[in-house]
Amino acid sequence: MAAIGTRVLSVLLFLSLSNLASSLYEDQVGLMDWHQKYIGKVKHAVFHTQKAGRKRVVVSTEQNVIASLDLRHGDIYWRHVLGADDAIDGIDIALGKYVITLSSGGSILRAWNLPDGQLVWESILKGSSPSKIMLIVPTSFRVDRENLIFAFAGGCLHAVSSIDGEIIWRKDFAAKSLEVQQVIQAPAEETVRVLGYVESSQFHAYEINPRKGDEIKHVNVDFPGGLSADTVLVSDDVLVALDATRSVLLTILFQDGEINFRKTQILSLVDDSHGVVEILPCKLADMFALKTNKFLVLAKVMDGGVVELVEKIKEAAALSDAVSLSESQQAIALARHENQKLHIIVKPVHDWNIDLLKETIKIDNQRGLVHKVFINNYVRTDRSYGFRALIVMEDHSLLLIQQGEIVWCREDGLASVIDVTTSELPVEKDGVSVSKVEQSLFEWLKGHILKLKGTLMLASPEDVAAIQNMRLKSSEKSKMTRDHNGFRKLLIVLTGSGKVFALHTGDGRIVWSLLVQSLRKSEKCDYPTGLRIYPWQVPHHHAMDENPSVLVVGRCGPSDDAPGLLSFIDAYKGEELDSLVPIHSIVQVIPLPFTDSTEQRLHLLVDANQRAHLYPRSPKALTIFHSEISNIYWYSVEADNGIIRGHVSKGSCSHDEDEYCFDPKDLWSVVLPAESEKIVASETHKINEVVHTQAKAIADQDVMYKYISKNLLFLATTAPKGSGEIGSATPEESWLVVYLIDTITGRILHRMTHQGSQAPVHAVFSENWVVYHYFNLRAHRYEMSVVEIYDQSRADNKDVLKLVVGKHNLTSPVSSYSRPEVTAKSQSYFFTHSVKAITVTSTAKGITSKQLLIGTIGDQVLALDKRYLDPRRTVNPTQAEKEEGMIPLTDSLPIIPQSYVTHALKVEGLRGIVTVPAKLESTTLVFTYGVDLFFTRLAPSRTYDSLTEDFSYALLLITIAALIVAIFVTWIWSERKDLQEKWR
Amino acid sequence: MEAEKLWRILTAMAVLLLAAAPHHHRAGAFQSDELLIEQEDDLGAAIGGGAGVGVGVDPVTPPRSRKRYSDAAESDSKFQFPLEHAFGDSDFSPAGTFSARLKTWSHGPQTLTKLRFSRNALTEVDKEKFQKLLQDDDFYRIRLPSNVLSPPGRDYIVSSIKARCLPRDGLDEHFVIHMDGVNILAVNYGPPGACPYPRQLKLPAKWSFNSHTILKNSEQAPRTPVFAEEISLGENGEAEVVKPPEKSFWAKYWMYVIPLGLIVMNAVTQAMNMPPEEQGGGQPQGAAPAQRGPAAVRRR
Repeated sequence: MAAIGTRVLSVLLFLSLSNLASSLYEDQVGLMDWHQKYIGKVKHAVFHTQKAGRKRVVVSTEQNVIASLDLRHGDIYWRHVLGADDAIDGIDIALGKYVITLSSGGSILRAWNLPDGQLVWESILKGSSPSKIMLIVPTSFRVDRENLIFAFAGGCLHAVSSIDGEIIWRKDFAAKSLEVQQVIQAPAEETVRVLGYVESSQFHAYEINPRKGDEIKHVNVDFPGGLSADTVLVSDDVLVALDATRSVLLTILFQDGEINFRKTQILSLVDDSHGVVEILPCKLADMFALKTNKFLVLAKVMDGGVVELVEKIKEAAALSDAVSLSESQQAIALARHENQKLHIIVKPVHDWNIDLLKETIKIDNQRGLVHKVFINNYVRTDRSYGFRALIVMEDHSLLLIQQGEIVWCREDGLASVIDVTTSELPVEKDGVSVSKVEQSLFEWLKGHILKLKGTLMLASPEDVAAIQNMRLKSSEKSKMTRDHNGFRKLLIVLTGSGKVFALHTGDGRIVWSLLVQSLRKSEKCDYPTGLRIYPWQVPHHHAMDENPSVLVVGRCGPSDDAPGLLSFIDAYKGEELDSLVPIHSIVQVIPLPFTDSTEQRLHLLVDANQRAHLYPRSPKALTIFHSEISNIYWYSVEADNGIIRGHVSKGSCSHDEDEYCFDPKDLWSVVLPAESEKIVASETHKINEVVHTQAKAIADQDVMYKYISKNLLFLATTAPKGSGEIGSATPEESWLVVYLIDTITGRILHRMTHQGSQAPVHAVFSENWVVYHYFNLRAHRYEMSVVEIYDQSRADNKDVLKLVVGKHNLTSPVSSYSRPEVTAKSQSYFFTHSVKAITVTSTAKGITSKQLLIGTIGDQVLALDKRYLDPRRTVNPTQAEKEEGMIPLTDSLPIIPQSYVTHALKVEGLRGIVTVPAKLESTTLVFTYGVDLFFTRLAPSRTYDSLTEDFSYALLLITIAALIVAIFVTWIWSERKDLQEKWR
Repeated sequence: MEAEKLWRILTAMAVLLLAAAPHHHRAGAFQSDELLIEQEDDLGAAIGGGAGVGVGVDPVTPPRSRKRYSDAAESDSKFQFPLEHAFGDSDFSPAGTFSARLKTWSHGPQTLTKLRFSRNALTEVDKEKFQKLLQDDDFYRIRLPSNVLSPPGRDYIVSSIKARCLPRDGLDEHFVIHMDGVNILAVNYGPPGACPYPRQLKLPAKWSFNSHTILKNSEQAPRTPVFAEEISLGENGEAEVVKPPEKSFWAKYWMYVIPLGLIVMNAVTQAMNMPPEEQGGGQPQGAAPAQRGPAAVRRR
């Protein structure tokens, strides 16, 4: 036992010695990192303003976040990010203290405590078949009632106690083959009404006792014309529906156990409507809204079901639900665009000619159109009604408008980052640098004196606070010019809303944002989505007078063969320079290692037919490409088919006269057996990775040569059964096969099977190694494996004399066509966490040792030294190996709390980690995105090449000055004494 | 520590420099030599074995009918599958035949053993085409069925090589066929050795293929070490830990010894210089308080 104890102790000691590098002191938090919290595009919003000290709004978003926001400032009181497959279907507030959410396709009902967001209760609702999902929370609870809330999901109506989440009763309507359209609980009445169709030709209305769930009344009417699923509830007893042809409006009145119909031709309402008519799902109290391809039509249902046109709106507009001002009065907000201005109009339902509120707001063009409006009313100081509107814009930003002003605005588009690239800032020159952040010499001196005080422990608590504040707000890090260390850059992010943001790495502020016109819905492009963003032009020669630009690649539709789109954006000004919409489909973008005379990088875009298209489309680019054409290869992975193919260009396309298009020729193929292997992951090197040394000196004065080929592909396949969820396959019927494939010749350099393991696989490829993460079914644990690949053909270059004389093959060009003589070494370790993303640090010259950055399931980023994943680790390393820094082999990888890059923060909904080298070799910049954003600077081997930022120059100067003074003083003394000696 | 490492490296380099010539090194014939070694290695590791047959032995008529393969497979589990080749963009034509035995294991999976390969002799037309490939530095392409029992399986396995890589004396080619049961996943095709870049145009002396074939199956990944035997290892580890006394005294304490030596030397030199400087250096300090008196007196 004692032996184990000492061993463990020694290992711990070793770890603690070797791993302090990445840890952080408390007062260093926020010095070089920043964290931004977002929620995503709001789907539902519920205001909570009555008699509450803190006015708040509870929202649910498309990123599966529920959050409580401060209505005054837009800050987040609390929020919860539900899982990726836990989409929120409805939210409401019950009992004035619980937020009720229905999520996961109506199967989970939860109550959260409104003030602090704690989970109060959770109920699982079991449905029988997919159906509409509705959450009904009665607005007024009376003391004597049982405070039931109703959730309709999976074809069943559930009555749930709002106090503890107990399911009181459940009624299955799917068994009666009823397609339920609406569930109503009228506040005035004692019953719950369920309305629906049977075989879309019969209309049924049930009245149900809310306490016990038994049927009170059931009526039905045949409707031979057929009904569509588009319905909206106009009031407690009127339903508006469309018939199957979508040309006739039906107003269905169900009063006193009777059902009456009234048909209205849509053409009689809107005489020039074309295309598909939809009913908007807005609850407008006695009104409803229709959407045709041209107009938004507002109509009112009068007594007896007569439909009357209220207004036709041509411009883009959005409607809110009705809010009730008093027992009889209800109001609707309408937001419409006109001449780049936003008009918000609140009108009472009963009289459309009156405007309760009319406000015009100038809104940033880059926010696009209004997508959603939510309104809330309050009583003004003069006892009249005031309204505040929460607006969701096209770029997913959230704005609160009150008294004709934008009170606050949240850039929630940043919650859906798709891809990131970086750009250098402008070179410092007169007129360009933003001089307002420069500070005077006096302030500089004052700051250093303060720092000095801090160092000498003389600072008072206020001084300490001032020092900390000064460090955090150091203007140095947020300047708009390039710095010597390369820490200041622009992060250019492409978001799901089609907006491109440039963030400053110093403090994370938005430098510019651009709603890319070509990524907006247009006639040419129906459903544009952004795919990737690439640096397009990086001026080095003309860095002083040319701006860099980025390329945004997108696609008009969800499928691979949808037409593509390209947009070129100036990285400093945030202006779209050029766009190409629509073009051929885009399945792969290959940045080539060539630039043309204007330093635009050549890109090869591969379409769905594997034809390659060259960009930029200029004759110069074409000449460059033609001279290199024989050395340009690409490959395609058909993941569904299990086939990987290699291609080379055969020459210009035969089918059309486009000289920038090249036909592919198949060079090689790898066909994986469909019955036993399914591709689950593939990974390649980063394009811009730098490898410093080809050789690795190992302990016994020996050298191993890394097999460094840029053209390696890591591929992981599992048995088809093993590609599902963990636990869906037994260890015997699941395996994981990993491949290293040369993408020029299609050679398999290494192939290895992990028995009893399965997906999900996350991998990272760098230099000559791959690290991948998977699940081991036999051990019931996650594992990480490393494969390192070494070149044997160079292994003989160890002879110093030969190296001196020059008889070695280290400088001869390497051809992929030579038979590779490689050896691969591999080792596996257990790892506690499941992983969301994995990447590796990258530095400017590749000298600094590497760390793996692992996005854990807890939405944090863990830095793990690559030395832990070294296949040469042994249980008892020799003395020489220890000196080399080899860590004794352990069966699992350590998780050291100090090595969390995100320290105490969480990057909720983490999706990706991007590393960018700084100019300073020791340092790498890390940007992590998910619902939140997090940026920091890492030095995997500490900052060995620079002084730390809080190094006190003042102290150094003062010390030197004091020494000089001391020298003079003592010199004068000794002179004087000498003189006195001589006079004696 | 660092210095010692440096010292070691320096000595190692010196030793290397001295003993450079006899250091193990193969010249000239290492290509064929290495290849054989590798083949044996793979024979050991993989289940199948390779055999280099070539030199255009019997030009077997390309057996293209599927029936024949299945017949052969059924009767004595011996079967054949074709190799096809193409010159540049031309269509594929039969180039040779692989024959192998199918071994069925008791627990199900089938593997190939005793793979043999016989290549058809190049016809005059083929030679011309090949020469053209050499001139243009174009691709020589081959393909195999992805399933050896029911060719071509789902798709053909294609592989290509720049034609200029093949010619040596004859045309040397090297196949590594990656198998999974009866499926072929991929074939690594190319010259048995290096193909130096830039590729020189060189016509072969003999227009016949010299083929080497290796069959590879997937390796098993090394198991994750489970530390059940940790206790015994721990004891070993301790024994290891006690070793450090091996280090010489000098290696361990040089950083203390050198400054100490310097101080001693300094002290010695100072001691030697002491007597004459006693008055000059020592006095001012000693005399300072004494002198303040008279100075004060003088001022008075």
